[in-house]
Amino acid sequence: MNESDANAIPLAADGRPLEQSLQRALRRQKLRALMLIAPLLAFVMLTFIAPIADMLYRSVDNRIVSETLPRTVAALSSWDEAQAELPDRDVFDALYFDLFFAAEYKIHTRLGSRLNYQQTGVSSLFRKTGRRVDRFDTDEITEQFIALNPQWENPEFWVSLSRDKQFAQQLPTTASVWQDWLKLLAHDEKSVAEEQPEDLLYYALYLDLSQIEAGQQSPGFDWWAGTTAAVKNFTPVDMVAQFEKTDEDWLSMDVWGVLKRFSPTVTEGYFLNALDMQKTAEGIQSQPESLQIYKILFVRTMVMSLVIMGSCILLAYPVAYLLSNLPMRKANLILILVLLPFWTSLLVRTSAWKVLLQQQGVINDLLVWIGLVDDANRLVMMNNQFGTIIAMTHILLPFMILPMYSVMRTIPPSYVRAAKSLGATNWTAFWRVYFPQSVPGIGAGSILVFIMSIGYYITPAIVGGTQGIFISNRIAYHISSSLNWGLASALGAILLILVLVLYWLYDKYVGIDNLKLG
Amino acid sequence: MTNVNDDRFVVFDRVQKSYDGRNLVVKDLNLEIAKGEFLTMLGPSGSGKTTCLMMLAGFETATHGDILLDGQPINNIPPYKRGIGMVFQNYALFPHMTVAENLAFPLEVRRMGKSDRESKVARALDMVQMDEFANRRPAQLSGGQQQRIALARALVFEPELVLMDEPLGALDKQLREHMQYEIKHLHDRLGVTVVYVTHDQSEALTMSDRVAVFDDGRIQQLASPEELYERPENSFVAQFIGENNRLMGTVDRLDGGSSLVTLDSGEQSSALAVNCGEAGARTLLSIRPERVRIGDQASENVTKAKVLELIYLGDHIRCRMQVHGDDQFIAKIPNSPESQRVHIGQELNIGWAAKDCRALDVG
Ligand SMILES: Nc1ncnc2c1ncn2[C@@H]1O[C@H](COP(=O)(O)OP(=O)(O)O)[C@@H](O)[C@H]1O
Ligand SMILES: [Mg+2]
Repeated sequence: MNESDANAIPLAADGRPLEQSLQRALRRQKLRALMLIAPLLAFVMLTFIAPIADMLYRSVDNRIVSETLPRTVAALSSWDEAQAELPDRDVFDALYFDLFFAAEYKIHTRLGSRLNYQQTGVSSLFRKTGRRVDRFDTDEITEQFIALNPQWENPEFWVSLSRDKQFAQQLPTTASVWQDWLKLLAHDEKSVAEEQPEDLLYYALYLDLSQIEAGQQSPGFDWWAGTTAAVKNFTPVDMVAQFEKTDEDWLSMDVWGVLKRFSPTVTEGYFLNALDMQKTAEGIQSQPESLQIYKILFVRTMVMSLVIMGSCILLAYPVAYLLSNLPMRKANLILILVLLPFWTSLLVRTSAWKVLLQQQGVINDLLVWIGLVDDANRLVMMNNQFGTIIAMTHILLPFMILPMYSVMRTIPPSYVRAAKSLGATNWTAFWRVYFPQSVPGIGAGSILVFIMSIGYYITPAIVGGTQGIFISNRIAYHISSSLNWGLASALGAILLILVLVLYWLYDKYVGIDNLKLG
Repeated sequence: MTNVNDDRFVVFDRVQKSYDGRNLVVKDLNLEIAKGEFLTMLGPSGSGKTTCLMMLAGFETATHGDILLDGQPINNIPPYKRGIGMVFQNYALFPHMTVAENLAFPLEVRRMGKSDRESKVARALDMVQMDEFANRRPAQLSGGQQQRIALARALVFEPELVLMDEPLGALDKQLREHMQYEIKHLHDRLGVTVVYVTHDQSEALTMSDRVAVFDDGRIQQLASPEELYERPENSFVAQFIGENNRLMGTVDRLDGGSSLVTLDSGEQSSALAVNCGEAGARTLLSIRPERVRIGDQASENVTKAKVLELIYLGDHIRCRMQVHGDDQFIAKIPNSPESQRVHIGQELNIGWAAKDCRALDVG
């Protein structure tokens, strides 16, 4: 070997720096490892990460308002709810156009239900208005235009007008409504040239033309001067009155307040609802007492999960202890018994509890037969929290026993013997020496059971009644019955956050590396 | 403070033990241990040593017989009241406690005050030269260090009896030898009674006052190390302790303590009659390799030998030769100026004194 500087970069056999070759070799290894897990990774991304991300997004997603009522949302931006005055007429005009198209596409009811979560009554208001919006009195405007010049009745005339370079610039409202009109016709697979223009086009034209000042330069349309002058004398249509005639609620500040508050594309509204709060004109406030359910449900879910976890610990610890002290063969036999419930469906097991616990059920019958309980006063053990706790403790018990057992199995008996030989009584030896070493098992089991029970759904639904249901039952309700997915997502997201916080607390005070799952 | 029980501090009285109700793991154990004695139970794996220790500690109960501690039968005293210190093979240091907490544990459960506790722990740590490690966890210590802590923990509450079950089994050779001396010195200094279990004969010989050689659930011989080595009473002990040459033969004549044996090769040898039965019985002659005399030094029981192999070991030369048809016969030739030089293939006379040749049972 040549004498070389001690500080020289070490070289590999091929003359490259050693570090570089090492990294290359490692990179290949990592790449191979990555390829091995790629299918699983893709699966997890697709079925786990993506749905969670989607859920988190849904809990704040509010695009529906601005997508359904784009003009109204834009017009409302200058309106201030605190002024306690109804929006200007142009907002009603904008709403007229928006609602017309929404009703044509039949999406106004969707928006109605969305806003109904925030303000009851909005749903029916939208449905009603959507039915009537194409029968507003704007046909009077149409007639006046046609009376002025029959060519307005001709769709071809409209088409040629819309092709003019000046069209969008001179008649902005008409142009924007025309665009949507074209889209609607395309959607319905109809031809522009044959379809009679709807009243709202005339109304838009009327709005545009009535804005034109007398001395303004003409864009070069031959009808321009006469029509702009004539429009000034048209009998107007009072759009506010039109809405009022449909439903007086359109003059209610509440409706407009909700529209204004929920016009941004992202909202905290679902989260506020999930925490029994709401966005009002005066800012964020608690829901009235009678409407608060979620906070109670969250607290109940937490407390009952803790109780279930606690009873699982109490029941599982002796079993795991016994198992770990038996010879392997007997232990395996008993372990099979512990796992036996997994061989039957969750639904069956829960229903079995129903059979046992109900007032005409096995346990009550037995107690009555023994004479412990009077036939008239049979115990209520179901459709309350007791039922949920009992059934869930039973169902989650194996998840506590298994990690405990796997930890206890590894504690050599010599520790307890040593403690006793050092003078500790049976209890002291257990408490000071054995128990601390079994804590990782308790921790693992507790986390498992707690997290599972916090999201449990079937069992509380079957044996819980109204008093024993969990937050997840509410989530399921919003997903499958009320179809308020935003709120369901917000509730789910809060649950997720709670679990993460608990996990963090556990890590801080017990240490996650203390966890042994097997 | 002498006491009638001082010679019989621990007594096993016809103790038997069976785990399964079919096989006796300990068969008729009789053993008396004096106060302050260092007694070793030595025997191959599975011979029942641990079982005896566990019965004494109270983790197993004797199937039959009595165990007395200081004159009291202990069968009915729970382990925690026996006041017996114990060192386990895997040390059994509590992993969730620091070294100091481990040492304080036996004092705490005895409800000793905090200041007393601390001074005793400090003294115990000092005793095993581990003062700096008081705040470490056992997992942060090396095997030898854990061993010392286990020792200190077994001694810190000043028990009168300490049991050690193969405490050095997990250490490497050098450390093991070092620890042997340390344990021995601690024993000398503290005057505590030690019952020590090992399967390593050199360990037993180095440390013990007396050694009980176990085999098959019985004590084969109970004697001082010197006695065991010099005067094994049966072929098992002769073979288990140290090296020996074995020659098979038949007893010709018994004459008081000595005997004449006809070897299977037809030649005769005189031997000490130790455990050989009547005339006509089969016997096994045991001769220690270092007692074999070579060349002109051979005067008794002289016979022909052929050198097959020489191994140079520094202080002596190990010489394998063919004697009486046995080609595994070993002689150790001291590496001194007077010793005769031999070479492979050489034929020479060897012999042994009748007192160095023991006629034992066939085994
Ligand atoms: N807890 C036990 N249950 C059943 N048999 C055992 C038990 N402990 C030891 N034995 C058996 O008893 C015999 C003696 O064991 P042991 O006392 O541990 O021997 P040693 O310590 O000398 O190696 C062995 O054959 C062993 O298999
Ligand atoms: Mg053993």
